[in-house]
Amino acid sequence: MDSASYEATADEAMGEPLEDSCRPPLELTPLTDRGDARVRRIFLGLASVSVLIMGLIVIFLFREGLGLFRTVPVADFLTRSDWYPTYDPAGFGVLALIAGSLSVTAISSLIAVPLGVGSAIYLAGVSNRRVREWVKPAIELLASLPSVVLGFVGMVVMAPMLQEWLDIPTGLNILNASLMLALMAIPTICSISEDALHNVPREWAEASYALGATQWETLVKVYVPGALSGIGTAVILGMSRAMGETMVVLMVAGGAAQIPSSIFDSVRPLPATIAAEMGETPFGSEHYFALFAIGIVLFVITLVFNLVAAYVSRRFQQRGSATL
Amino acid sequence: MSWHSIKARKLRQKAAFWVFRGAMALVVGSLGGIIVFIVAHGISAISWEFLTAPPREAMTQGGIFPAIMGTVYLTMGAILVGLPLGVASAIYLSEYAKDGKTLAVIRLGIQNLAGVPSVIFGLFGLALFCIFFKMGVSILAGSLTLGILILPTIIGASEEALRQVPATFREASLALGATRWQTIRKVVLPAALPGVLTGSILGIGRAAGETAPIMFTAATFYTLATPTSPFDEVMALPYHIYVLATAGTHIDQTRPLQYGTVLVLMTLVLGLCLSAILLRARMRKNKRW
Repeated sequence: MDSASYEATADEAMGEPLEDSCRPPLELTPLTDRGDARVRRIFLGLASVSVLIMGLIVIFLFREGLGLFRTVPVADFLTRSDWYPTYDPAGFGVLALIAGSLSVTAISSLIAVPLGVGSAIYLAGVSNRRVREWVKPAIELLASLPSVVLGFVGMVVMAPMLQEWLDIPTGLNILNASLMLALMAIPTICSISEDALHNVPREWAEASYALGATQWETLVKVYVPGALSGIGTAVILGMSRAMGETMVVLMVAGGAAQIPSSIFDSVRPLPATIAAEMGETPFGSEHYFALFAIGIVLFVITLVFNLVAAYVSRRFQQRGSATL
Repeated sequence: MSWHSIKARKLRQKAAFWVFRGAMALVVGSLGGIIVFIVAHGISAISWEFLTAPPREAMTQGGIFPAIMGTVYLTMGAILVGLPLGVASAIYLSEYAKDGKTLAVIRLGIQNLAGVPSVIFGLFGLALFCIFFKMGVSILAGSLTLGILILPTIIGASEEALRQVPATFREASLALGATRWQTIRKVVLPAALPGVLTGSILGIGRAAGETAPIMFTAATFYTLATPTSPFDEVMALPYHIYVLATAGTHIDQTRPLQYGTVLVLMTLVLGLCLSAILLRARMRKNKRW
């Protein structure tokens, strides 16, 4: 077969399906994969777009963000906590914003990890199959709740409640933001942990039962250790989600750029700062560059979280037939 | 009763199980409670006028029609970007890729893309689409940003669907003399279609609910004009909620409208997600192989 008809076959292959009547007889299909190699390259190109985008994200964040460091030293940016971007002279210290992000992430993990992993253990080891079949998809459904809805609930419902109950000046604080972030992270943590527990080989559990262990002892000493890498991954991904979540902290954390001293203080986490200020910032100003620099900090922190999660899931991979 | 007696062990089991039941109940209760609360407070705001009319009287009256349409445009645009790219990537990963450096790099790219915070997508969209490519704040820029945001979701679901098609299907087709691409197009993709569809619906749901990526790339507080070109800016449901709840001058007066808008958005997103879950459950039940 000459090369011209290869071209034709490859082009047909990319186009609409042919009518049955005009479909070439089977024996005309090239026996080699030469026409196919072109298709393969096209798909490789399309699949590489994700890598390209990832690269572009890095390039554009740094291209815009590094502009700040022409006027503000990196050390000042990272170690000072005076965030007064619109004052004269302006202050561009992000330490308070980082502290804000870390505090809400930490407190929300304290709430979300026990509840998320606890619910996963319930689903995998305590509930019967019927309950599991219903609750697992329900948890997945709850994971898709838009963050602006949780932000709204935190702002309109939770804040006045906290303010009244605890008699504090504002309900828009670390505690409230952490509660709402926990509600975002729990479905993620629960769902991934449950998968990990579910994938622990049955034989391990059977061996444990055969030795006379109770269901609970088997759960704690066989299932949970067996699924530890999956649970670890789940926890880190949940924390990463809380760290990068924008709308909840924008609406609920209170917005004060200060290093917190109690969980009833207002904070201004990194994503909230970007979201709140980018709208009014003229393109190319120092403030504009500073917000991209914050983007770099946030990007690097969440990237570390995700790389650690990937490492944990690979390094402590489940043994036997249980590979997550 | 000793610590090790079977009775004590059973008792401990019972106590522990109740703790976990409690955890589960708390999770389902609080998240379910939020949904019920929103429905209870929002339902009274829902009317034909609310869904089909634009806002009036400085947002204190009228409806949210432009915001609904804006969200529809943005999500349609996002899926136009995300679906072809996502399915093509999944086809490469499942059908063509061989283990090696290239595959590892692509997987790393997709994994990390999935972990990028949504506000960073917003910054990226602003810098690349709005400013660098001079699209301005527009439906086009917002759709592209949302499209790449949902790319990992679609790739993940599609790849799983493709991988679940049995190898024998492909072998039968190849044995008949079909090329690999013909096999994919005529055999593998049709068999994987429901799974791909599930992934797309989840992607649409995600795109409809996101706020941060469209804040600086597509959304505007208020516009009466129906968009006539992809370069127009639009109102969008999530952004509308944010603005009504935080920035208006009549925050308390618009409270019912806020609940109504939240209810509409929540119904839209959870409805899409629910249909994806039901579709998947049905697919698993009716699987022919």
